Amino acid sequence: MNYLDQLEAEAIAILREVAGQFEKPALLFSGGKDSITLVRLAEKAFRPGKFPFPLVHVDTGHNFPEVIEFRDRMIEKIGEKLIIGHVQDAIDSGKVMEQKGKNASRNALQTVTLLETIEKNKFDACIGGARRDEEKARAKERIFSVRDEFGQWDPKRQRPELWNTFNGKIHKGENVRVFPISNWTELDVWNYIKRENIEIPSIYYSHDREVIERNGVWMAAHEFLNMDADDQVYTKSVRFRTVGDMTCTAAVESEKTEIDDIILEISQSKISERGARMDDKVSEAAMEDRKKGGYF
Amino acid sequence: MDILKFLTAGSVDDGKSTLIGRLLYDTGSVLADQLEAIQKSNRKNDDGTVDLAILTDGLKAEREQGITIDVAYKYFQTEKRKFIIADTPGHIQYTRNMVTGASNADLAIILVDARKGVIEQTIRHSYLVSLLALEHVVVCVNKMDMVDYSEAIFEKIHADYHTLATKLGIKEVTFIPVSALRGDNIVNESSAMPWYKGKSLLEHLETVKVHEVDSLLPARMAVQWVVRPQTDALHDYRGYAGRVLSGAFKVGKQVKVFPSGMKSTIARLETFDGDLQIAEEGKSITLHLADEIDISRGDMIGEIERAPIISNEIEADICWMDTRELDTSTTYFIQHQSKVTRCKIREVLYKVNINTLEKVNADSFGLNDIGRVEIKTADELAFDPYDKNKRNGGAIIIDSRTNVTVGALMLRAAL
Repeated sequence: MNYLDQLEAEAIAILREVAGQFEKPALLFSGGKDSITLVRLAEKAFRPGKFPFPLVHVDTGHNFPEVIEFRDRMIEKIGEKLIIGHVQDAIDSGKVMEQKGKNASRNALQTVTLLETIEKNKFDACIGGARRDEEKARAKERIFSVRDEFGQWDPKRQRPELWNTFNGKIHKGENVRVFPISNWTELDVWNYIKRENIEIPSIYYSHDREVIERNGVWMAAHEFLNMDADDQVYTKSVRFRTVGDMTCTAAVESEKTEIDDIILEISQSKISERGARMDDKVSEAAMEDRKKGGYF
Repeated sequence: MDILKFLTAGSVDDGKSTLIGRLLYDTGSVLADQLEAIQKSNRKNDDGTVDLAILTDGLKAEREQGITIDVAYKYFQTEKRKFIIADTPGHIQYTRNMVTGASNADLAIILVDARKGVIEQTIRHSYLVSLLALEHVVVCVNKMDMVDYSEAIFEKIHADYHTLATKLGIKEVTFIPVSALRGDNIVNESSAMPWYKGKSLLEHLETVKVHEVDSLLPARMAVQWVVRPQTDALHDYRGYAGRVLSGAFKVGKQVKVFPSGMKSTIARLETFDGDLQIAEEGKSITLHLADEIDISRGDMIGEIERAPIISNEIEADICWMDTRELDTSTTYFIQHQSKVTRCKIREVLYKVNINTLEKVNADSFGLNDIGRVEIKTADELAFDPYDKNKRNGGAIIIDSRTNVTVGALMLRAAL
């Protein structure tokens, strides 16, 4: 089998295990290419039936408008249920505090809304699009990754995962994060999107955009970034390699508008995908700490 | 292009992390920001070059203690293949990690320190590789630079290991003399060992033949999920979703459902991308039968001529993976494919000393112990002996109190 067929078959089998083993699973949908790939894989796993789970989007309120527009259009097309958790609600109710200053981001606040959404809907499994090649803490995570009542991941207490046998047994209040595309790399996802002709939000392709420089990278110029007179605005041809919050997702300069060019550019790129995410730069162990705290 | 999954067995002292780091570095798989993070760190080799071992260090907890806690997966690719490395720690207290890594690998790299030769740890690693029935073994004799690239030393290790492999029934072994630190024979061929005529490690990994569909294996598919849209248009639609574990299914062929033994004929092999006439090993499909019979998750569909073993009394090899000892009076869960049922491990036949391969008497098993047991399950399992068809011969034991996976089973025979 071709490597994309191997990866696809594995991911479909994992999704079907989720359906078979859990009472109330959900698919965490960010609007990014990885979760869009998951949606296609779910179609392959369950059609002509409905998905045995809803999609869940944690909306920080700081998303790119192009991504929200894409999300709503996609949901309409696939005819599945979408549940949205709003970070704004957690801010308004005083559960979390909005960060201040130029590096303020709602990225870290997502965790609270995610855990609340899980609790409210009594989800026992959340499918996510994380990949092991993204980051070294992720490299050690299981495909079925058990979180305790507080959403915490304990790297030392992970279950051994043998063959393709996934143990989804949990106690009440616990929750399993499931990562069907654990074994895919960024390039695999792009090659799959190309092969399957999957539509993704327009910001992945090069476009002219007003940007400002923050910490040595280009960021979309927007009021969410708490801009002031010192921030000089440039217009650049850019694209985004990941889709997160506007406040923490850096743009890369690019003229590429065709998927083939993007694949070529990525395979030659000297910066890894998460290198363009501000949230991982804070410390070398940033991801590990956030995961222990319940981050997706 | 296909995928090769391999396991690296060895400890920090054998230069395992350096070897993986070297593979990643010399194939250009380390990106600028990762390299920058490494260079910022103050770990350097004696000669001031970047310590490549750091590329495989994962967690903060591990860096603090200078050890590898778990199985870490690394990815790289060349023009010929995509590679997935299961990087597992080599010390005896991490036997369960190595068993876990080996369960999903096509090939194992066993590192031998040229200065030490075949030692206790080599025996242990090789035993685990044979227990998990990996088809391919590569013995990398590392640190050749520290023995003056001596052919005589390499040949001695070659001969010693050959004796061990024969004893363990490991069929295919490839020997490569390397220096991970210097990069000899890892990605690039070495000029320091003109006497070695074979391939470099990477060249071998790129060309070794794995997962060719074994048409000799019997067709098996565990039902994971029943697709029932229950819409007006698809009122009678009933598809059995699962992955072909081994062999191949063909439209029109008679099959049996296990453990019930009901017979039917394959009407359709459906995928989202269109129907298939033949579905081979590894493919995820939705299978349709000509007759309406009662099938649910946990059932196995297989060929009639070569049926799996159906039994609720099973002899198996076990690797115990929990700090709490195995208890022959406790009821556990056993998970085999999509089937979960209760079980008791009612008798311990023997334990294996995995450093010497001796069988010893034992009443119970502690963490990392391996040996032979007898199991009684509540429902019957439809399995194949692990050594004949490992795709349908492995199972796990789950502690019903903690829900943790506490044992790995290689099913051998019905009692």
